[in-house]
Amino acid sequence: MEYFELAIGCIFINNILLAQFLGNCPFLGTSKKMETAVGMAMAVIFVLVLAGVITWVVDAYLLKAFDLEYLRTVSFILVIASLVQFVEMFLKKSIPALYAGLGIFLPLITTNCAVMGACLLNISKEYGFMKTLVSSFSYAVGFGLALILFAGVRERINLAKVPKPLQDTSIALVTAGVIALTFMSFKGMV
Amino acid sequence: MIEALLFMLGIGAVCSIVLSLSSKIFYVYEDPRIAMVENNLAGANCGGCGFAGCSAAAQAIVNGMAPPSVCIVSSKEGVEAVAKIMGVDAGNAESPLSYNMCEGGDRAENKYHYMGVTSCKAMAFAFGGKRICSVGCIGLGDCVKACQFAAVKIGPKGYPVVDEEKCVGCGACQQACPKDIIQVNTLSQQLMKFNQEQDALAPCAQTCPAEINIPRYINQLKEGKYKEAVQTIRLRNPLPLACGRVCPHPCENECRRGIEDEPVSINQLKRFVSDYEMNSGSRIPIKCAPDTGKKVAVIGGGPAGLSCAFFLRRIGHEVSIFEAMPKLGGIIRYGIPEYRLPKKVLDWEIQGILDLGIKAYTNVRFGEDFGLGALMASGYNAVFMGIGAWKDLSLGIEGEDLDGCYKAIDFLQRFSSGEKIKMGKTAAVVGGGNSAIDCVRTLLRLGLEKVYIVYRRTRKEMPANEVEILASEEEGVEFVFLAAPTRVIGDEDGKVKQLEYLRMELGEPDASGRRRPEPVKGSETLLDVEMVISAISQAPDTSFRDKDPHGRIKNLELTRWNTIDNDPAILQSSIPYIFTGGDVATGPALVVDAIGSGRRAARSIDLFLNGQPVEPVKNSLQNKKIKESIFKKVPGIKKTPRAKMPEIHVKDRLDSMIEVDLVLPEDAALKEAARCLNCCRICYNPDTDFPMANKTS
Repeated sequence: MEYFELAIGCIFINNILLAQFLGNCPFLGTSKKMETAVGMAMAVIFVLVLAGVITWVVDAYLLKAFDLEYLRTVSFILVIASLVQFVEMFLKKSIPALYAGLGIFLPLITTNCAVMGACLLNISKEYGFMKTLVSSFSYAVGFGLALILFAGVRERINLAKVPKPLQDTSIALVTAGVIALTFMSFKGMV
Repeated sequence: MIEALLFMLGIGAVCSIVLSLSSKIFYVYEDPRIAMVENNLAGANCGGCGFAGCSAAAQAIVNGMAPPSVCIVSSKEGVEAVAKIMGVDAGNAESPLSYNMCEGGDRAENKYHYMGVTSCKAMAFAFGGKRICSVGCIGLGDCVKACQFAAVKIGPKGYPVVDEEKCVGCGACQQACPKDIIQVNTLSQQLMKFNQEQDALAPCAQTCPAEINIPRYINQLKEGKYKEAVQTIRLRNPLPLACGRVCPHPCENECRRGIEDEPVSINQLKRFVSDYEMNSGSRIPIKCAPDTGKKVAVIGGGPAGLSCAFFLRRIGHEVSIFEAMPKLGGIIRYGIPEYRLPKKVLDWEIQGILDLGIKAYTNVRFGEDFGLGALMASGYNAVFMGIGAWKDLSLGIEGEDLDGCYKAIDFLQRFSSGEKIKMGKTAAVVGGGNSAIDCVRTLLRLGLEKVYIVYRRTRKEMPANEVEILASEEEGVEFVFLAAPTRVIGDEDGKVKQLEYLRMELGEPDASGRRRPEPVKGSETLLDVEMVISAISQAPDTSFRDKDPHGRIKNLELTRWNTIDNDPAILQSSIPYIFTGGDVATGPALVVDAIGSGRRAARSIDLFLNGQPVEPVKNSLQNKKIKESIFKKVPGIKKTPRAKMPEIHVKDRLDSMIEVDLVLPEDAALKEAARCLNCCRICYNPDTDFPMANKTS
């Protein structure tokens, strides 16, 4: 039950995109087409779970052990970047089908603040290993949910008559705001 | 501080060691060309090519899934560099451009009032769009939204207009269009396009055997863009000067204005713009696609051969023409008299075609001076045979070989070659076709006192062009209708003295729909003449087959009319690398038919050279019409007489061979062009000062 509540909290209430406002650039950049949005969501789930686990390990067994917590951010960047590179190489060799599916989205996430943010949140909330695993997965699912919802809305907007000054990214930002407002209604659910 | 530094160094070292190790362990062999190709792509990762980023595009190019020209932002040099890496012909580097096919825009009426989302795709789901035209432009601009380069705009006429400067030929607009209005084509694809059932075509453009886009060039003429008009014609017809003079313009029979009024004088407009080019003193440059390195031999330099050579050259093949006569032009040089098509004009036009880089060898006759084996040995990959139909059929009557008897094509050809022919004072020409008229009009110019046309049916059944018959009447020819020659009577020196004929009467209609003439017994009549010229159709001279008894050419199959047998949709003969068109395949027909078949053969030859199956055009409109485009009534027409062709007065023409028909003056041409309704498949512009016209505006 504890894990379920945590998952719900991470997916809806503290949605990383619409409540924490992290990772807005892929949110706007890859939400023009449903196809790309789905690809991106899958890649984020994949990377975020891996990154969450490895950063937890780094934090618990390296940073805390040597009292080097002030190096957390910089070391996480290094670790996550290397991890993504490594995973990319691994997939290309071992699971080419998955590599082809994730395509260009994998390297795109290397410098994604949603991934970084989720990892840092896990640490600051002092989650254990299992909780970290669940929360990382749930944050990523929340990211995917918001992205896919948003892509659906944007595909519809494309067909509507939008006043010239509001076209494209401006109307997308307005829409994102409205969706974020609706997500606020989840507040206090858990 | 030191430990922080050490820690970071440590983590960095671990990461880099892991990565370098894994790059060894997880090494995947990649074609080195992929990296080379990727270096030559734009590197923008824009996805305009349809692949996920430049590396994916490079991979697709190397795997043969995409052409070297797939990158839409790459320069021509970039594309050529990629083509070089891949070892393919730069011919593939020909850049495509986007073209709008709809001439109608918002002229077609609406079926319903549409209030849905502003998307062509969405509207197309509702009964294929709101317009009654099933193929026309919907006009909500999906193509405009799809274009990443701002090259497409919805023009004032309601259909998309493409800015060729900005267009990169990425094809996004074509994919976005739910109809086939926007098409992205290379020049070669444009030249090799044939009319199809789903095309937006006016009745005239469907009827023209050469498939010229008639409404488009008349529209360009109307706007004063004479050069563009000539270019539009040259996409389909390499001989506009010749056609503008001799074409019997079947297009005008289908002209929509002709239903309520006189048809637009389409051919005179063609002549006007092409004469404009000739008289302007400079030639309009003709674009050709990059060289492909394939060689084609064209046997016969007549209209079919010239047309085939012209189009093959324009799509990048190397062409040589082999002509039996001293000069190129075929029947339009040697069969059509000077007063209809001056040799100077023809020379100018043929020179323009040869200037594209076509080699011409004259005075070489196929089967005598060279054979099929020699062509193959010289590296020609395919052969087009357009040797025409030059062998006159004989009357098959007694006395036909007397002194003073001639055959039409032989006579005309000898005369145009400058040979002196012994003339009498009176002559009879047997036959009712165009060559018969050409003979009588030539004879009248040679100063004969009396020239008869002897034809076995009546004037109504004469296959010659109406204008030609009229002109010959004006010039004083005498018609002897319902007469079938039975005997030529000579004097004691073997010279022609009289022609004996049987009088005929018309009976039941035959297969051709014309009433069959039947002889009246005992009605033999004598006509005093000193010359008899028979002009009763021609057949191809296929003697080349017998001159090489062991050669492959023996396998070339003929029909029972002695024409070369071919599949009319692809024009391939029984020998796969020999294609054929024009009179040699159809028997005597129009110049414009030969031009159309020359282009059709060029398409088949191109497919053949590229190793693709030579298949007919899908949904071809060849010899067919789009039913819904043929109207019975055309409301909104105010009767205005068509431009009268200026011509030299009868008194002045008979003294010489100068050209009889003159070109329209500019103001008359513009006025005539304004009579064009600018038709498309089903829409047209009614005359504006007509009350009906205000209904739609």
